[in-house]
Parts: sequence; C-alpha cells; structure tokens
Amino acid sequence: MAAAPAGAKPPLLAIDKLTKVYPGGARALDAVSFTIERPEVIAVIGSSGAGKSTLIRCINRLVEPTSGSVRLGATEIVGLPPAQLRQARRRIGMIFQEFNLVDRLTVMENLLSGRLGSVGFLASFLRRYPPRDIANAFAMLDRVGLAGLQDSRADALSGGQRQRVGIGRALMQDPDILLVDEPTASLDPKTARQIMRLIGSLAAERERPALVNIHDVALAQGFSSRILGLKAGRLVFDGPSAELTPAVLTEIYGAEDWSRTIRPAGEDEEGA
Amino acid sequence: MSANAAKRYPEVWRRRTPGETLAGWLWIAAAAFATAWSVSALDIEWVFFKDAHVQAADLAERMWPPRWAYLPQILAPLVETIHIATLGTAIAVVFSLPLAFLAARNTTANGFTWAVGRGLLVASRSVNTVIWGLIFVAVFGPGPLAGVAAVAARSVGFLAKLVAEAIEEADRGPVEAIESTGAGTGQVYLIGILPQVLPVLIGTTVYRWDINVRESSVLGFVGAGGIGLQLYASINQFMWQQVLVVLLAILVVVILSEAASAWIRGRIS
Repeated sequence: MAAAPAGAKPPLLAIDKLTKVYPGGARALDAVSFTIERPEVIAVIGSSGAGKSTLIRCINRLVEPTSGSVRLGATEIVGLPPAQLRQARRRIGMIFQEFNLVDRLTVMENLLSGRLGSVGFLASFLRRYPPRDIANAFAMLDRVGLAGLQDSRADALSGGQRQRVGIGRALMQDPDILLVDEPTASLDPKTARQIMRLIGSLAAERERPALVNIHDVALAQGFSSRILGLKAGRLVFDGPSAELTPAVLTEIYGAEDWSRTIRPAGEDEEGA
Repeated sequence: MSANAAKRYPEVWRRRTPGETLAGWLWIAAAAFATAWSVSALDIEWVFFKDAHVQAADLAERMWPPRWAYLPQILAPLVETIHIATLGTAIAVVFSLPLAFLAARNTTANGFTWAVGRGLLVASRSVNTVIWGLIFVAVFGPGPLAGVAAVAARSVGFLAKLVAEAIEEADRGPVEAIESTGAGTGQVYLIGILPQVLPVLIGTTVYRWDINVRESSVLGFVGAGGIGLQLYASINQFMWQQVLVVLLAILVVVILSEAASAWIRGRIS
C-alpha cells in the first residue's frame, strides 16, 4: 500500500482520442480525451447511452476500444497482449452497479477474489491466500463497516452491504485507480449517499483517483470535485463540479428545467 | 369517417385465420397417417391380443408366490449394481466438467473446440447405456468394469450438456468483475462461473446417479455386471418366482435411490 511516488511523472491516467464503434455501427465513444493528474473523485455524467459505461469499460478493456489510447501511468493499455493486460488490470479496481459479487461465495471469498491476479490457480482453488492478504481482508471488512460478516454468503446481504463488499474487493487489489460504474443506481437514496461517501473517503485515504459513472446529477455534484459530461459519445464538458450550470446540463442532456437539480454553491452537505 | 360518429368496433373475432385452421387439420391428418402407417408396417399379429389377458394371468400365477429363498443370492449383485452406478457417475462427473466448459459457447476457446465439445456430447448421449455396455464388454471383457465404463460413457454427455447450458446462462456480471481483477482465464472459470453452476452440477449428478441405478439393473443382460445377470438367467430358465424376487428387489432399490436423489436435490440452494 505504498503511496505512488510523487513527482512530475506522467499523469495517473491519460485518455487520448478514445473511440469505440460497436459492430452494429453505433459510435459509443467518439474521440474522447482527458487526463487525470491528481487523486480526486471525478464524476462522469450523461444520458443513458451517452457512452459512460463504454468509457469505463474501455479503460480496463472489458470492452475493446476501436482506436485511441489509454495510458495508466507509464503503461499503454490499448494493444496490450493478454498476459500484460491481466497485469495492468490488477492496478485498476472496478465497482459495479449490480455489485457483481459471486452470490454463492462468502463475503471473505469475494473480498479475496480481488487478489486473484496475484495468486496462482491452485492457490485460488484451495482458497490458500497469503496471510497478509487475509489480514488485509479482515481490515477491509472492518473499514467498509462489515466486521464479523466474513462467513456470510454474499446473497444473504442487503444491497448496501453488497456494494460495500464490491468496494472492498476492488480496493483489495490495491489499485492505482478506481473505475466505478453507477455504484448507486440499485440503491435507495440514503444508502446511495453512504456509498458515495465511502468511495470518496477511501479514494482520499489511499490517494487514488476514482472515475465514477453516475446518473444522479445532485450526487455527482455533491461527491466529486470534477465532472466530465458525455453526450452521444463525445466529451462536452470537463470542469470543476462548481461550474456545472443549467446551461451546461442543457448541453449534456438537452433542454429541461435544471434549477431544482443543481445545488446552489456553498450548500454542501456533509457529516455522518 | 366523421370524428363525432360513435366508433364501431368489430363484433366478430377469430383466434385463427381460415388458412391456419386448415393447416391445423392437415397436421392432425398427417399424425393419423403416420400412426396408421406404423401399424401396417409393423405387421402386428392381432390374434396375440385375443388371449393376452389369459397369458398375463398365467404368468402372474407362475410368478406367485415369490421365491424368497433366492433373496440372499441376489443381495451381492444388487449391491454391485449400486456400486456400478455410483462409480460410473463419479467418473462421469470428473470428465463432464471440462467437457461442459468446452461445449459452452461463452467458455470454449473457438468454433473448433466448441464443435469438438458438442460432438463428444452428442456421441455420448446418442448411444444407449446398454449399447455402451456391449461395446465395453468387448473391450474389457464381461464384468462390472464394463458396466462402470458404460454408465460413465453415457452419463458424461448427460451431465456435460446440462452443465454447459448452466454455464451459458451464468450471470455475466460476476464474470466481468473477476476478469477486471486481472485474474487468469482458469481463475475466472473457477471463481466466477463454477460457483454459479455448482447447484446444477450437484443436482444433475444426483439425478443421473438415480437414473444410473435403474439402468445398471439391465446391464447384466449384456454381461456388464450387476443384478441383470440374475434377472436374465432366471427368465431364461423360466424361474418366474425368482424373477419376481429380483424385480421386487430392484423396485425397492429404485424407490430408495429416487427418494435419496429427491431429498438431496431439494436441499441444494
């Protein structure tokens, strides 16, 4: 868990002209470029189908980009052969809307699955993880507020608890960056806020950036410091959360009365 | 039509068009023709029906009372029958798992490996256990080993087909999550997919074992071990009172194995 060496190194993540055209001809991403220079929570907003999910999945190549470049630190991810791609994926933690836990496995097994990239097949078959990983998993369980639930089956947990396991699994990788795909869309509003707060504080503690797809504009603004706006696969906004104005939202989503969606500046809700 | 006139709705509605109705009758006619053709082609001797009830009553009379003294002699073959089914099923499980991953579209390596997997499935499933028994008696010689091999050969395809279907239906989400941790392909299958298909694997294995107990009871007919040998010998010697004992013994074993299978499958969650 050593902090990344500071200094005038390459950006943490550099996306350049990233483009994805699906076999049907749909252009999900159209020459998207941006860089992440410092550890912060960055929200990606945009309508359904604007390319948010594709963007995040192109970064760890769960979806194969058509062209463009994704640089994670000094590593160019696009074009990596399978073995190196797996190496690179270890450095990228991912959190999902539907949590994507293995339901029939225990919380502990799900957390430890974040270490799969670092243990062999036989070890994972026998569930023989290094003692340090196990200690880290117990600490993680405590940190995400699930202490004592290590032997519960994942499908026995509530939605919020399941997402906490999902977050823990991603952080068990000790990733350089977190990719978060609609983490709150399956949760109630209160749990959604708790989950966003947890992601934000963990990213801050570990000094890692988190790129978060999110539908809820108010949540995006409340829990991120920078916002990317996607519209039909193009990046149409990239700026501090405070600069998200009705005009910008109209640019991203189309005309609508946005006055009640955006929080007036300064009314920041924190606590708990 | 003027806008303020009351809208008229149709008062006639037919489920099918006349063409569809005609097509339906043609299918029924075709089925009737196929049946009539089978009856005429098989050259059935209808006179045998006339005294069939007399023959059946006569057979029942010759079977009764069961010759219970024969029971001790068939206990060992009966146990052997269960062992054949159990060992054959166990071997089938071991081979069916890799075969299932080979034959599932989402886990096979490419079109060729998928075709190989599907081909093996079909080959295993299209041959009856008794025919497999004949083949393995020729390979291993008569005895329970041939029976075990026959049961395994038939069950591999059965288990692998159902598990392959479960693999294809497995939730893609956890698989994506395990892939994104940097896990290797084998680990993705092991942690992401296997737990999802485990209930199907266990359920079909127990169900197949139950089928195999029944099928093993006739493997002795072709010399592949088990209680079938005693049944076959008793029939050939017209020892109908022994035949009844064997049939009753098989019935008890089948009921017990079915109950065990249903109980285990009911407990899987």
